[in-house]
Amino acid sequence: MARIVGVDLPKNKPIGIALTYIFGIGRSSAQKICEVTGVDPMIRTHQLTDDQIRAIRTEIQQNYKVEGALKTEINMNIKRLIDINCYRGIRHKMGLPVRGQRTRTNARTRKGRRRGIGGRKK
Amino acid sequence: MARSLKKGPYIDQKLFQKIEKLNEQNQKKVIKTWARRSTIPPEFVGHTIAVHNGIKFIPIYITENMVGHKLGEFAPTRTYRGHAGKSERSSRVRK
Repeated sequence: MARIVGVDLPKNKPIGIALTYIFGIGRSSAQKICEVTGVDPMIRTHQLTDDQIRAIRTEIQQNYKVEGALKTEINMNIKRLIDINCYRGIRHKMGLPVRGQRTRTNARTRKGRRRGIGGRKK
Repeated sequence: MARSLKKGPYIDQKLFQKIEKLNEQNQKKVIKTWARRSTIPPEFVGHTIAVHNGIKFIPIYITENMVGHKLGEFAPTRTYRGHAGKSERSSRVRK
């Protein structure tokens, strides 16, 4: 039903929560959007009037960077780091933690599944 | 923790003066430096600076994108040649 910036339509959830399904909008910005547009954040999404949806839509389009635009911005920032070949860029390139975390243990989110030693001989 | 904005960026004064001198004379020379901790100000753009990495000086050509980073970020201090694996040596001793 409610389709805001691209392909987002969570139903049956309070609008203050439903808006967080949009990439780039979390709980606090969702609350703020409701405040600015004068919509009760506890109203379920399918109960919103067309006017309210329209108000939310324009608010997001004007004041927020979401979904594709935000993702490209993030990727551009990473690409910049890699292009200038600085330490952070190198870490991005190697798929290791960028912010000085330890890698002796942990760091599995960046490194992916464990690759045991000896497991890939020859 | 990030540096206080009140203080402004840290720039190695000696290096900065040298660059300024080159800028005045419109010269380009490779400058050796140990000042890895120095932030890169816009004045450095276009120069080549040889930054020490603990062993030798790594020449770095400063571009516009690098402004605001520190010199040390561009001269890595560690060498990583990858882990054993593949056919190099018999690397299946430990588990």
